[in-house]
Amino acid sequence: MSKPKVAFYWCASCGGCEETVVDLAEDILGVVELVDIVLWPVAMDFKYADIEAMPDKSITATLLNGAIRSTEQEEMARLLRRKSQFLIAYGACAHTGGIPGLANQFPREQILSFNYQDAPTVVNEAKLRPQLETTEEGRTVHLPRLHNVVRTLDQVVDVDYYVPGCPPTPKLTRAAITALLEGNLPPKGSVIAPDHALCEECSRKDTKPDKWDFSSFSRTHQKLMDETCFLAQGVVCMGPATRAGCEAVCTSGGMPCTGCFGATSRVRDQGAKMLSALCSNIAAKDEDEIEATLGSIPDPVGTFYRYGLAGSILRRKLNLPPDEQG
Amino acid sequence: MTNDWSPRIVAFFCNWCTYTAADLAGVSRLKYASNVRVIRLMCSGRVDPQFVLDALAKGADAVLIGGCHPFDCHYVEGNYKCLRRFQLLKRMVQELGIEGDRLRLEWISAAEGDKVRTVINEMSATIRRLGPLGIPAKVEEWDREMEQFAAGIEVLESQAEPCESHAGVREGANV
Repeated sequence: MSKPKVAFYWCASCGGCEETVVDLAEDILGVVELVDIVLWPVAMDFKYADIEAMPDKSITATLLNGAIRSTEQEEMARLLRRKSQFLIAYGACAHTGGIPGLANQFPREQILSFNYQDAPTVVNEAKLRPQLETTEEGRTVHLPRLHNVVRTLDQVVDVDYYVPGCPPTPKLTRAAITALLEGNLPPKGSVIAPDHALCEECSRKDTKPDKWDFSSFSRTHQKLMDETCFLAQGVVCMGPATRAGCEAVCTSGGMPCTGCFGATSRVRDQGAKMLSALCSNIAAKDEDEIEATLGSIPDPVGTFYRYGLAGSILRRKLNLPPDEQG
Repeated sequence: MTNDWSPRIVAFFCNWCTYTAADLAGVSRLKYASNVRVIRLMCSGRVDPQFVLDALAKGADAVLIGGCHPFDCHYVEGNYKCLRRFQLLKRMVQELGIEGDRLRLEWISAAEGDKVRTVINEMSATIRRLGPLGIPAKVEEWDREMEQFAAGIEVLESQAEPCESHAGVREGANV
């Protein structure tokens, strides 16, 4: 019997998820022994045409990382969906939008003009921009078009499973691949990670008080932090609203959780839930005093939806100028 | 926007004060704008910010929250929790492009049936002035940029052979 076929693909992502696959270290050899990798642009040379030529559903599983942000990414997501039995949203960007999802606060034109013209590190006096189509020496080449909206994978195609994290840990990756190979799969739509809050596995858990009584919040660079619960120190830590499974790598390394694993299955909107948890524990009862405490959270969207804006209830800023079509 | 558009306001009222006040407004036969859909909760402290966002995302034009006056909460602290969440939630939705006037929090005691009328009428007028929020229509408009490939795939899928079921696939995945 031929080996099951596996594909890895990347969309709007930083490449960190690809690193995690490599971080399987020697285990990757075991995986390679058990499966045929049919597509992995970061490491191996396959052509998209090879995938197109494959029969539908002939890839056992595709692990796709990155948000969907361009026509090329959308087309590949749809193609890989068609060719795969299981499509797995791998990593925070494919799962909940990730850091690229924060672009949903800005119009496309602003993003393009900053990145190609206005950024302090850019010199582009001719104001050149990449064109969708260019003809040179009689040949026409095309570039993908940037969508107005950054999307999670499941906002574009049907997704079977999610492996969360920015990036997912090698342990979770191994668990997901093992489950796939053994056919030992949870119900469709499951997130392959524990279904409780990060605090449960945090080494600082014992110092988490019953009630926080916040009078102000500090950001990590504003405070010398000790070994106790970050929230008890007044530092915003997304732990209470974030799914466990990372083994608390950030909090044991001295940094508060920023929420990359998304919410547990009981929560629809991680940001709203974190906002709720933080605010209910503010000490003040008077409107002005509450406002003064809340003033120390300068960017609630970027804080509570750092990885989840695209997948959140509101998804995107609502009063942006009309989307450019074409 | 059609001329017969009328605001849809979702109201979360606490059982002990504001809902009772709305009841009082009813038995007192006070007339107020018919734009609110009232949802009774045990306490304004039970208003999860997710409820508010969900109401807006599903097509509400505004959300009104009613709770007991300070020092009056049946559960002692619930209204303060609500107030704190409300203040940050309001700032956050404004950053996401929703006018602050679309969210309103009012303390209305069980005796203030008249205040229910005033607040609802005021809010209805305010939202009428702001116009529809229309998130579902916006999402539809956003997703129009995906029509090109979605249509292409449908054509391909209709031509494709019926594929194996997932159960069969799982067996096949055993090596």
